[in-house]
Amino acid sequence: MIRIITVLLLAVTLISCGEKKDVSVKKPSSGGQLNGAGATFPYPIYSKWFNEYAKINPEAKINYQSIGSGGGIKQITEGTVDFGASDSPMSNEEIEKADTKNNNKIIHFPTVIGSVVITYNIPGIDKNINLSPEAIVGIYMGTIKKWNDPLIQKENADTKMPDKDIIVCYRTDGSGTTYVLTDYLGKVSDKWKSEIGVAKDVKFPVGQGGKGNEGVTGLVKQLEYSIGYVELVYALQNNLKYANIKNKDGEFVSPSLESLTNAADQSINEMPEDLRQSITNAGGKGSYPISSYTYLLIYENQTDAFKGKILKEFLVWALNDGEKFAKDLGYAPLPPTVVAKALEKVNKIKY
Amino acid sequence: MIILALVFYVALEMFNDSAESRDKFGFGFIFSSEWNPVKEDFGALPFIYGTIVSSIVALLISLPVSIGVAVFLSEIVHKSVRTPISFLIEILAAIPSIIYGFWGIFVFAPFMRTTIQPMLESTLGFLPFFQGNMYGTGLLTASIILAIMITPIISAITRDVLKAIPKSQREAAYALGATKWEAIKMALLNARSGILGGAVLGLGRAIGETMAVTMVIGNKAQIVASLFEPAYSMASVIANEFAEASGSLHISSLIEVGFILFGVTFIINSLARLLIYSVTRNA
Repeated sequence: MIRIITVLLLAVTLISCGEKKDVSVKKPSSGGQLNGAGATFPYPIYSKWFNEYAKINPEAKINYQSIGSGGGIKQITEGTVDFGASDSPMSNEEIEKADTKNNNKIIHFPTVIGSVVITYNIPGIDKNINLSPEAIVGIYMGTIKKWNDPLIQKENADTKMPDKDIIVCYRTDGSGTTYVLTDYLGKVSDKWKSEIGVAKDVKFPVGQGGKGNEGVTGLVKQLEYSIGYVELVYALQNNLKYANIKNKDGEFVSPSLESLTNAADQSINEMPEDLRQSITNAGGKGSYPISSYTYLLIYENQTDAFKGKILKEFLVWALNDGEKFAKDLGYAPLPPTVVAKALEKVNKIKY
Repeated sequence: MIILALVFYVALEMFNDSAESRDKFGFGFIFSSEWNPVKEDFGALPFIYGTIVSSIVALLISLPVSIGVAVFLSEIVHKSVRTPISFLIEILAAIPSIIYGFWGIFVFAPFMRTTIQPMLESTLGFLPFFQGNMYGTGLLTASIILAIMITPIISAITRDVLKAIPKSQREAAYALGATKWEAIKMALLNARSGILGGAVLGLGRAIGETMAVTMVIGNKAQIVASLFEPAYSMASVIANEFAEASGSLHISSLIEVGFILFGVTFIINSLARLLIYSVTRNA
């Protein structure tokens, strides 16, 4: 019995070895399909881009798996994909780990801008309410418990806020959405930064969690007097109500594709050389303060010349022509100033 | 043998990969209620609690219903009714769990909030389990969804077991002047080990269920007596956080939660086998 099993196992091992060899021989001759993995948020526009670009350059077969930003960073670090994608820029440690492991240099390319909106369900109030950063911090830390709290009421002078408990909802799965929100709240409140922190999942002191944008939407829609946060694209598609947020200069701004591009444009002077920039809490006229770039992560030295060439040409096309597809899909395009900076970076890719 | 080796290998792998978290927290991991990815402080107690309580409540709800369904189908109703009804019940088992989850959050949770929870509070509100905030989502909602999901399994097995009991026994019971109800009671008594086996299978499914639970349980790592309040389960926290976990301690802790889930399943299954053994020994 044992002998039969051993023989079978050996046979299976041998067969699988043989198969593996076949694949590794075939790969270069198959025309070189490019593989990428990462963030789910930009998946719709990326697939549109890869599709449109394949019409221009039929050799460019680009495959993208939307497995989440963390997964994208892990896979590009392991070198199992040709490019990664992430909603939040890689941390210094993550970059160092990836660079030393692959003896290479990772470059961040911003592609489009996304944002987080605060959505709510207050029966009887149809207009967009105004929220100050202090109010959002208070609600999510559990210090503001009622909708008619003076901090909320004073920004909504013409509306009578109800004397009802606020039911807080958050994203329970690790996500770039939570990262962008906590990044913003950490900037406006030191207490938030030290007690809760900035991360893809944090421990919220109050409320309950929904899985994914759809989970949070489900909670907010069915719970009266609740509040939650979702991506702008998702809120637009589902006709959710969302709040105007007070930005650094004291202006209440409604999230829209224009106000996101504004936030990026007005933060251009502080953009670091490696383009890893957080644009939450942006000031300036008409800037929505809870927004962020989403990034493609690509190594500077491409070992495969064929893939390197396609990646480079694709980036040039995406940043110039691809941006015009953004608005229809609910993403804010990069301002021309940022496009120029990203194009400079494209020149650094070598193959 | 291969299966045994595989089970052992999976357990070993999870044990090894959770080394970092085991070194840091030791046994305190099982007894700590803190779960904070930012401060890298992890403890699994709320998840263990949520998994065990939601599964057992689900079983308590499902078992009587399943036995009722099985008895109805195999003993009472005519064949022309039996086939379509059993087909419909079996279809319940084929619905993907994410569909249950969406149905749970968009349809069932509001119904819980507006109807079932106020009703429970007004009748059984003196118990600590049925008090507190009524969000619709929460431990009880998850348990009921789980109960719906495991009912087809338990009822199908119970029905098969009842079918396996020789007809002559029932005829003998009738010959001795038993009523129909007494004959059914006797059949159930003889089938008890099989029924319990079905319950164990159902419980196993409930413990491991992920998507449907995470949509409706509320996903808050806390331990409170009220079944209305949000809770969290082990499978859900792994599914929710693993993809985006970045720190190695966070990943290691999630793997340890997986290891504990493995252990809990093992212990509950063993206890159930023990129960079956002790019940059948005297038969």
